[in-house]
Amino acid sequence: MESHHLNPHRPARANPLPLRRARGLHPARALSTLFSGLTALATYLILAILLLILGHLIWAGRSVFDWRFLTTGTDADMFDIQTAGILPMVVGTTARVMVMTLFVMPAGIITALYLGEFTHAHSRLARLIRGAVNNLAGVPSIVFGLFGLGFFVAFVGGSLDEVFGGPGVEPKWGKPCLLWASLTLAVMTLPVVIVATEESIRAIPSSLREASFALGATRLQTIRRVILPQAMPGILTGGILAIGRAAGEVAPILFTGAAYYMARLPHSPTDQFMDLGYHAFILATQSQSIESIQPILFATVLTLLLLTLALSIVAMFIRAQIPRAHDAPM
Amino acid sequence: METSSPILPQATTSRPDGPTALIQARNVSVRFGTTQALRKVSLDLAERHVTAFIGPSGCGKSTLLRCFNRMNELIDISFTEGTIHLADTEIHHPDVDVIELRKRVGMVFQKSNPFPKSIYENVAYGLRLHGTRDRKILNEIVESSLRSAALWDEVKDRLHESALGLSGGQQQRLCIARAIAIRPQVILMDEPASALDPTATMRIEELVLDLRKDYTIVIVTHNMHQATRISDYTAFFYQGELIEFDATSRIFANPAKKQTEDYVTGRFG
Repeated sequence: MESHHLNPHRPARANPLPLRRARGLHPARALSTLFSGLTALATYLILAILLLILGHLIWAGRSVFDWRFLTTGTDADMFDIQTAGILPMVVGTTARVMVMTLFVMPAGIITALYLGEFTHAHSRLARLIRGAVNNLAGVPSIVFGLFGLGFFVAFVGGSLDEVFGGPGVEPKWGKPCLLWASLTLAVMTLPVVIVATEESIRAIPSSLREASFALGATRLQTIRRVILPQAMPGILTGGILAIGRAAGEVAPILFTGAAYYMARLPHSPTDQFMDLGYHAFILATQSQSIESIQPILFATVLTLLLLTLALSIVAMFIRAQIPRAHDAPM
Repeated sequence: METSSPILPQATTSRPDGPTALIQARNVSVRFGTTQALRKVSLDLAERHVTAFIGPSGCGKSTLLRCFNRMNELIDISFTEGTIHLADTEIHHPDVDVIELRKRVGMVFQKSNPFPKSIYENVAYGLRLHGTRDRKILNEIVESSLRSAALWDEVKDRLHESALGLSGGQQQRLCIARAIAIRPQVILMDEPASALDPTATMRIEELVLDLRKDYTIVIVTHNMHQATRISDYTAFFYQGELIEFDATSRIFANPAKKQTEDYVTGRFG
């Protein structure tokens, strides 16, 4: 029997398993290398496309995009490259996104709370609502535009006019405006907020709910003091996604509030508004010579991109304000 | 309630004479869906004493514990029968507010579950729930609760740091501090030390012995030595039934039932 003490001077007996890499290509390993190469390629391709778009926009819009362009209004000839400004569209797009956020966040959070806290994950009702929400997410945005026209503008607005106006009075509510466009966008982005919020609510361990109930908390107190603070980062992520989705959409606001041209900035929810995305569409389709207005077009689209980015950054900033120290590390 | 002196259905399920019974459970049965978790259990919990519930997993000891603060009601498919009196009040009576009940019957869970808030806010949670806003009162109760839970010296310099930065044992003592901050009469402990190392377990046990002066404590435990060290009375459960209930010394030294003897001597379970 050999000694069990290790002898540093004697090498271990040769291992029967060849540890050294085999010469030549092993098919499984080659496939694996190829696959990781493909995934990297796909990732860099997306990055390249993104940079290409951004670079092209900056390059093509550089002659127009400046402080004056951003901060002046436009007169009736918005195709004039010397005087065209974009302030009304920036204001309009910002306003519709903010009003939308005001509606979609409470509605989405309350729905998600119902799904996450008041029903069982697999109950028939919860499944029904979740199915409806998922279907809502799959509806093309132009359909939301038509829905907004039919429901908000014609039905809700029309009914309000009937109640408050009367025959012969000019319609105040029953026409496209900022409020109806924002509400239409809110309906469109509802699934994003609901799904993000519900997921973050379900991720909260039930032991925290039990701890709260065992201290004599009501369900509402538990939601307010434990659930919502814990779910807040997820909720704000939902908000960021909703803002990103809504800012660039044109179809839902076509019939519900966007104006071709307005001489003044909107100053009430019942005003129409000009919009960056819609304006880009107008520039591209309504101009006499597409060549000459191209710089304005690209500068407009660049502005839209930057505005979306800015709105998201604001939301991310709010999210970052939540004290990290109290987040669950797990 | 008809009478304040415990009239017990069976001698074997009775608590021996002595201290006042703060909680009296009679014929308590609990069912989850079609699974019978607890069968006609009757026992008394002595005021300002420690009662241990022992038995193999699934024997119903935690289920009974959760009857005393009506936590089983959070599970939709649970059905509870029988009566439980806390002092003179039947806790299932329609006039009883479950929130008031839970203020008087606190609970500490198996896995420590501090809120992802600061140490201070964890202890102040119950007080804030029930309307205490005065900063001075909050400060005082937070300090006294942390002192009672033998945690004050370790955390007094970092009260406003996250509770999640504490060790497992400290977190569990924080949960005890949180429970006693609202001054309950009863503290229910569901295997409070089962996830802790021996040193942290010992500290929890010392704490339980200390808290016995002011609180009625029920502790579910898998650890028989723990039961002998800290409890005055022990109830042995098996398959949803209360097999034997007596002074801890008798349960371990001279049990009346064969099953109890087999379990406490480690022959099964």
